[in-house]
Amino acid sequence: MANKTHTRLDLTEAVYREVGLSRNESAELVESILGHVSDALVKGETVKISSFGTFQVRQKGARMGRNPKTGEEVPIEPRRVLVFRPSHILKDKINDALSG
Amino acid sequence: MIKSELIQRLTEENPHLYHRDVERIVSTVFDEIASALSAGDRVELRGFGAFSVKRRDARMGRNPRTGEAVPVPEKHVPFFKTGKELRMRLNDGADGDDDDED
Repeated sequence: MANKTHTRLDLTEAVYREVGLSRNESAELVESILGHVSDALVKGETVKISSFGTFQVRQKGARMGRNPKTGEEVPIEPRRVLVFRPSHILKDKINDALSG
Repeated sequence: MIKSELIQRLTEENPHLYHRDVERIVSTVFDEIASALSAGDRVELRGFGAFSVKRRDARMGRNPRTGEAVPVPEKHVPFFKTGKELRMRLNDGADGDDDDED
């Protein structure tokens, strides 16, 4: 497993192959997609991509944490975290391919 | 925001592209991520985040209603870790996590 790490370049290449835009324009569109998804999340919106999954921002309250190395207690500030919930279709696709 | 709204926004920004082409572009990007994960690969999108697959070993589970032990087979589940830049943007520039990897 984890044979390869794909990057923006691989996504760009896929768009270039599938749609026939120039590589440059394909790269710009990949960037635009990630930009729009990010902007919506920063605004607190939930982003739902059907058959892929849902990105959702959750508010976490303040809590006391611990430095695992020193055991020292450190306060953790309230923060917003992003969670990705994969769709059933994505989960099934991955499982069918890998857990045969 | 749902997928069709994302497609709509991209179409407005790219008036030279047909709506159906933008649809295909968006689908291609997410399909490509899904295919990579199905091959057991990672997808790392700097600043945005990284998708990977985690293996969950087979284990004995329990039917919560009957208490009966049932074997749960090995599973592979997709996992997303938010990238540093997006995490900072979500928290007005403060790094909401001290675990830096990107």
